[in-house]
Amino acid sequence: MGVCLIVVLVGVFWTPYDPTKMSASEKLQGLSVRHIMGTDNKGRDIFSRVMYGSRITLLIASGTMIIGAGIGSVIGALAGYFGGFFDEIVMRIIDAMLAFPSILLSLIIVSLYRTGNIEVMIALGIAFIPSFARIVRSEVLRCRDTDYVRSARLQGVSNLRIIFWHIMPNIHGVLLSSILIGFNNAVLAEAGLSYLGIGSQPPYDSLGSMLSSAQQYMLTNPACVIGPGFAIVWIVLGFSFLGEGIRMDKEN
Amino acid sequence: MKYILKKTLMMLITLIVVSMLVFLAFNIIPGDPAARRLGTEATPQQLAALRKEMGLTDPLFVRYIRWATGFIHGDLGQSYSYGSVSKLLIDKIPITISMALMAFLIMVVVSIPLGIFTARHQGSVVDHVLLVVDQVVMAIPPFFSGILLTLIFGLTFRLFVPGSFVSWKTDMRGFISYLIFPAIAVALPKIAMSVKLLRGSVIEEMRKDYTRTAYSRGNTVRGVLYLHVLKNALIPVITFMGMALADMVSGSIVIEQVFSIPGLGRMLLVSINNRDYPVVQAIIMGVAILVMIVNWMVDIIYRIIDPRIESL
Repeated sequence: MGVCLIVVLVGVFWTPYDPTKMSASEKLQGLSVRHIMGTDNKGRDIFSRVMYGSRITLLIASGTMIIGAGIGSVIGALAGYFGGFFDEIVMRIIDAMLAFPSILLSLIIVSLYRTGNIEVMIALGIAFIPSFARIVRSEVLRCRDTDYVRSARLQGVSNLRIIFWHIMPNIHGVLLSSILIGFNNAVLAEAGLSYLGIGSQPPYDSLGSMLSSAQQYMLTNPACVIGPGFAIVWIVLGFSFLGEGIRMDKEN
Repeated sequence: MKYILKKTLMMLITLIVVSMLVFLAFNIIPGDPAARRLGTEATPQQLAALRKEMGLTDPLFVRYIRWATGFIHGDLGQSYSYGSVSKLLIDKIPITISMALMAFLIMVVVSIPLGIFTARHQGSVVDHVLLVVDQVVMAIPPFFSGILLTLIFGLTFRLFVPGSFVSWKTDMRGFISYLIFPAIAVALPKIAMSVKLLRGSVIEEMRKDYTRTAYSRGNTVRGVLYLHVLKNALIPVITFMGMALADMVSGSIVIEQVFSIPGLGRMLLVSINNRDYPVVQAIIMGVAILVMIVNWMVDIIYRIIDPRIESL
């Protein structure tokens, strides 16, 4: 996890080779000291490309979480706090959205408009709204009738202030761990989408699109698929360990 | 009975909302279906005639009702380039469904014994190793494990030939054996997840009094685990497995691309690229309906296993 972040951060400023520079004489090389993950069909250094691709993947996943968790928790909090008819309607729409698997939902949104990094981010963000709305709603429901909320209400604190100043800090643990899980799902979903050719456009590929173009050459050079593939696994694994760690901290 | 009725009603309401969302989504996108079908050289008169014939001049609500009733009757509309959508999809559906079912079967068959095994050997070296492997497998996206499977079993050991898909009509055995590896790829992360869940809930159930009572009556470890503990431990896992089945259907969209299987997912991608919206709309609606039916079934099975579940 730490290693992966360092690699990505370094990649922002410096990559061993230019990720887009092609070199016909060095194409499809295996693992070596010069190119630690080998080179692809156009002679580009895979390690540099993985560094660059991870950055795109992480950016998209973060953006997805900001949109999904942000809008989702606001909707969920409002629905849970006010309840009644409003809650009923919101939850039916959320249920309906949950009937579409997130990759399918983002696939539709992207296909209806354009493809590109920002579009994928928005599409995945929208796809993640329902699950966050659900989680936050049930947490807010749990807190709604506690004494501290009642006393705040008696003191004449406005509803919105109660929701965001009084209730939200009490559910941040649940929210944080679901953001970490969601982040992983977003990384996986982004990789899946870009593998299908939707999302970031060449030459600055994200990890998924690198995999899909590398698939044709994997017989001649397995290094092509292994580098980006393991980068995805590494990122996801890092965040899931982080999530586990936070959860254990809370339990102790 | 009341519970089942209530659940069915909820599902129908969700279904209607879903169909409205899908219909709306495909009607607010820019572009005129009539113009798409006629191409760029159509005269305005032709366009107007076709628009009337396709019913595009009617209000949105009327069009929705017509589309929905058609859908119920199995008429999924007309593709822009290939004629009837229903005919187009009828061959693809069994491929995707059988792959998802195979993946589901693999998941159930592998994860239940494995989950019980790790729970039983809790704290041992094997358990720790399996837990780490579990975490790693969970982090592998299905398409990457698909690529690795092709690389290892297809290209190195030559157990199957990538791209040699055969239809079930010509060669049933070939069809199934080709689908095994994609099914494994789809099932892997789900196996990891359900092993983890099952391990947790088996350990929890093993601490309870009834387990001790069962032991004290002289049952074997295996007997207690499989006959007493498993039934209770499965309850939380079943919800996950239901969701997993739905995920497997959508996961096959990506996997079909890896193994070049001409199923629903392939069709969906091709139609998206061709902007053939009636096909896209029908596939999406189909998958959503499938997901809802699975969720409904999970709710009911849940109730049968554990009649205490009252709330919605």
